[in-house]
Amino acid sequence: MEVLLKILADALRSAVGVQAAAYALAAIGLNIHFGFTGLINFGHIAFMAVGAYATAISVDLGLSLWLAVPMGIVASILLALLLGLPTLRLRAEFLAITTIAVGEIIRILVRSSALEQWTGGVFGIQGFADEFFDLNPFSGTYGIWRVTFNARSMWVMTVTWALVALSMALVWALMRAPFGRVLKAIREDEDAARALGKNVFSFKIQSLCLGGVIGALAGIMLAFEAQAVVPDRYLPQTTFFVWTVMILGGTASVWGPIAGSVIFWFLISATEGLLRQGITNGVIPDWLLSSQQVAAVRFILVGLVLMVLMVWRPQGVFGKREEVLIGAQ
Amino acid sequence: MPNSAANSRPRKLAHVAPTPGVAKPDPILTVRGVSRQFGGLRAVDVEHLEVERGLITSVIGPNGAGKTTLFNLLTGFDQADTGEWDVDGQSLTGKRPHYIARAGMVRTFQLTKALSKMTVIDNLMLGATEQRGEGLVNALFPFRWKAEEDEIRVRADELLDRFRLTHMRNEYAGTLSGGQRKLLEMARALMVEPKVLLLDEPMAGVNPALVQSLLGHITQLRDEGMSVIFIEHDMDVVMGISDWVVCLAQGAVISEGLPEAVGADPLVIDAYLGSARPSEVEVPKEQQP
Repeated sequence: MEVLLKILADALRSAVGVQAAAYALAAIGLNIHFGFTGLINFGHIAFMAVGAYATAISVDLGLSLWLAVPMGIVASILLALLLGLPTLRLRAEFLAITTIAVGEIIRILVRSSALEQWTGGVFGIQGFADEFFDLNPFSGTYGIWRVTFNARSMWVMTVTWALVALSMALVWALMRAPFGRVLKAIREDEDAARALGKNVFSFKIQSLCLGGVIGALAGIMLAFEAQAVVPDRYLPQTTFFVWTVMILGGTASVWGPIAGSVIFWFLISATEGLLRQGITNGVIPDWLLSSQQVAAVRFILVGLVLMVLMVWRPQGVFGKREEVLIGAQ
Repeated sequence: MPNSAANSRPRKLAHVAPTPGVAKPDPILTVRGVSRQFGGLRAVDVEHLEVERGLITSVIGPNGAGKTTLFNLLTGFDQADTGEWDVDGQSLTGKRPHYIARAGMVRTFQLTKALSKMTVIDNLMLGATEQRGEGLVNALFPFRWKAEEDEIRVRADELLDRFRLTHMRNEYAGTLSGGQRKLLEMARALMVEPKVLLLDEPMAGVNPALVQSLLGHITQLRDEGMSVIFIEHDMDVVMGISDWVVCLAQGAVISEGLPEAVGADPLVIDAYLGSARPSEVEVPKEQQP
């Protein structure tokens, strides 16, 4: 029982922790792209990486962190333009192909020895966020029951969840306005939007930039948490974890990304805890699963949960069922 | 067929010679030398075409005659290889679709494009152009667009009422029947407040009862001063409703004139039924009486 309570506490800690907040933030950005505008972005990690790296490099070059973060945002807008200008006039598939490639290109670029003097190559850049932690108002330990956080985590969490709240408010405000109506129309049928006098290309670029900036903020917060940018933290699977989070929560919903992220990280942590405990106690026999395999198996389990969800609740937690049913016709 | 309404009106173009490319007294759309080639196929090759203001002009022609391609070219959904065209004196040659729509030439599609996961009222409200709330920054400040939004909503509700879609107002457009979608698309196009409305086969796949109602809507629009151009296969429908008929075959205008004149034109009959003398269709000029 004690063991189970510990696993539950760990899972709850994950569910509200920095990772969950940052993934929720990233998913809010992706939701603007895919959920509202129908842009298929398979390289969301590129925005996260570019935001984080541009910030870290700027600090490394001597800029104050408070100027470096805007640099990260500017860099993500540039990336959105670089991705969008050539592809968004073409059919949707071209953006998908380009983003999936660019996600990897960014990672390979920043770890290359050619750029090592700026990016630090495979070692990345460490300890660039001191100015952020200098502002930490927390001290000691905080929490309810066994779900506790130290002052450092509390600070990163507070800022990241605040950004989540701000982004959510932004999405809510935009999507109830005529601007959001045009984005949804583009998602449904961009030719129809064009025929009604909407400059579809311009709206798609705006959507890509907006979602990209929010993705970059998520990347920056994750980098703050680690006090480091390291190329191998920006693997393509992160993009698909963000997709999972978005779909779990329900696409094109305001609350979806948050629910999705909390559920995702709860499941990841809970399955890992249960599997490891099972192996330690001998409940799960050695020939079935070794502790080295746990990390991979928990993703399989999350995948199963996602499959079950898609069968029983295809709209996700907060999506609208009618919308999904119309889409299936 | 509701031909009585159309036929009882004074024939505004009765004195215009039924010659391909003939000049009209008050053209709203003028097309000069527009052509489009797909590989070896000359899909559209319209030397000169004028469309009279405030009338219903039908574009007919056999399958593959280039009717929809012509629509696509004129509305910027496809790029013409040559030629130019203007609407109400404003050149729209080579402009992008959204620009052309805002300039007053709005089209519908053969395969209806209802925005399925949006409500019927949202579909309509989208149609209003130059909305302030469509700006990214303005969108965040409702006081900048609320008043405009309310006006648009009133206009949309009027159109819903007119097209008898009010009972579906808050339903998803994806739940509408095929015929209702055609009505929705036409109403949505009207939200743009066009000068010229291009309807691509508005009757295709619509049940006969609704065809009557659609035809009624189109004549009513004409009577309010709208210029309507529409593509149609069904000769009965065309004869009943049109003020002027243009027949395309193999991309070129082979005949134009009052409905019954075009209907009786041997070139048109040849084009529809197939001709033993295909050369006559390809060189229409010499064949004109």
